[in-house]
Amino acid sequence: MAKRIDITDLNIHYGAFEAVSGVNLAVEPRSVTALIGPSGCGKSTVLRSLNRMIEVIPNARVDGKVLLDGQDIYGEDVDPVNVRRVIGMVFQRPNPFPTMSIYDNVIAGIKLEKRRSKKADNDDIVERSLRAANLWGEVKDRLGRPGAGLSGGQQQRLCIARAIAVEPQVVLMDEPCSALDPISTLAIEELITQLREEYTIVIVTHNMQQAARISDTTAFFNLSGAGKAGHLIEVGPTQRMFSNPEEKATEDYISGRFG
Amino acid sequence: MAQQTLSQPDEVSIKGASVRRGDKVFFNLARSAGIFMLLLTGSIGLFLLWKAIPSLQSNTGNFFTTQTWFPDSTPPLFGIAALAFGTLMTSVIAMVIAVPVAIGIALFIAFYANRRIASSLGFVVDLLAAVPSIIFGLWGLSVLMPNMQGFVEWLSTYFGWIPIFANPEEVYTKSILIAGVVLAIMILPTISAVTREVFLQVPRGHMEASLALGATRWEMIRMVVFPFGKPGMISASMLGLGRALGETIAVALILSAVFEINWQITEPGGNTFAANIALKWNEAGTNGLSALIASGLVLFIITLLVNMVARWIISRRKDYSGAN
Repeated sequence: MAKRIDITDLNIHYGAFEAVSGVNLAVEPRSVTALIGPSGCGKSTVLRSLNRMIEVIPNARVDGKVLLDGQDIYGEDVDPVNVRRVIGMVFQRPNPFPTMSIYDNVIAGIKLEKRRSKKADNDDIVERSLRAANLWGEVKDRLGRPGAGLSGGQQQRLCIARAIAVEPQVVLMDEPCSALDPISTLAIEELITQLREEYTIVIVTHNMQQAARISDTTAFFNLSGAGKAGHLIEVGPTQRMFSNPEEKATEDYISGRFG
Repeated sequence: MAQQTLSQPDEVSIKGASVRRGDKVFFNLARSAGIFMLLLTGSIGLFLLWKAIPSLQSNTGNFFTTQTWFPDSTPPLFGIAALAFGTLMTSVIAMVIAVPVAIGIALFIAFYANRRIASSLGFVVDLLAAVPSIIFGLWGLSVLMPNMQGFVEWLSTYFGWIPIFANPEEVYTKSILIAGVVLAIMILPTISAVTREVFLQVPRGHMEASLALGATRWEMIRMVVFPFGKPGMISASMLGLGRALGETIAVALILSAVFEINWQITEPGGNTFAANIALKWNEAGTNGLSALIASGLVLFIITLLVNMVARWIISRRKDYSGAN
């Protein structure tokens, strides 16, 4: 059920400010693609343009093409709501719905899709999603408790369970570990490695070791100066990017000389 | 650098009182403010009860069921039945109209309107919330009532088969319905202003989470905004209800004071606690004043109960409040 994404000539503006310019990137199915780069280089902006969440921000404008298995998600006959049902997202700060139980959090997306679903089906989906998110064992006895009562790492895994419950084609992750402690981070990283078997994953991370550990492909973004647009500098297999980058800027960044 | 090191004492003193004086003063100040609040509310209740007792003792009718108001005749005969009915009925009508509209306005300002329209509309709503009730009363009497007659007539002609809209006398002014509509317009900005503030507090992360799951804007509102804002929406409604229950002048201007329970809300008549007190106070004798205070005590208790129920509703699902 994983699909590929092809980005061509992507430019993103916030009002008159050009945030990202000229991005071309191919995301392979069943792989983890990491977007890295210094703050403000537009990697989160690019990520958010992949499921049209960028449109939630006022004045944001996207030019260029984002093809999901050949179909332009910015096409005229495309409903952003449907795009987001196919391309799920996990955010930087864990954001389970505070007014819902763990159970209801997981099936929140299912409830949006079909108004009425059978209790037994829902039970299956909840168990399957929570198992896939490595959370089942920790919460199976308290599914009726509020999701906000979990620890930060558990909340983030709950959010991942919620995102994969609807069986999306692609899962986008916007710095999913940056608000978590090292042990929770490890749990999420292991989870990403498992999810890779079934899903296309694009992850933004500030943590270069993380990118090196979990990703197959790494894309390095940089900006030429404050207030200027971010560019995609270099993209390649993660191993090569970290051992033998082609661009000087990439080498400087991953070796910690700036950024 | 060297000098600085020399001038420093060998031991750093960590001695001192564990509670600072400023903290103590502020603590006591805050605590006495809280206690003062309780004392004030309690003493108002006691005052009302104290002043009400003489008339309650001399009353020859049942205070709760009698539908007349002759506290100064001998023997005194009065009861609050019609007042309670009129007060609750006008308030219920006001709430039924105002709450959905106010929430709609708040939703529009918070989530649908662009920034420029939202801020000017929000400003107008805040301004309306500050308009004194006498203005609403005058406007209701001189503008709304004449203009509403046609609608009320239409209502009782075509929906007269619903008992509360029947109007055999075919007089369509000074009714509980019109008073309720004026109250609705009066409390609408209050409810709207408070719910809008609550809606603006909804964490962005939760809204984005629902949108990213493929929720439409309306689905996002039902999924995240309403559950998060529920306590605030209830509080705002109670604030409005409190104002509607206690509203005096606007209602006194519009209703033609009649002392009987009339379920036909499009007909002239009806009365409320506050309006009755305002209208009767100047001409009341000793027992009359005491009787009016007794009715005020009932209004006081009703308002207290309404607030307690609201608090209870809000606290029932604290785990899920979204505050954590």
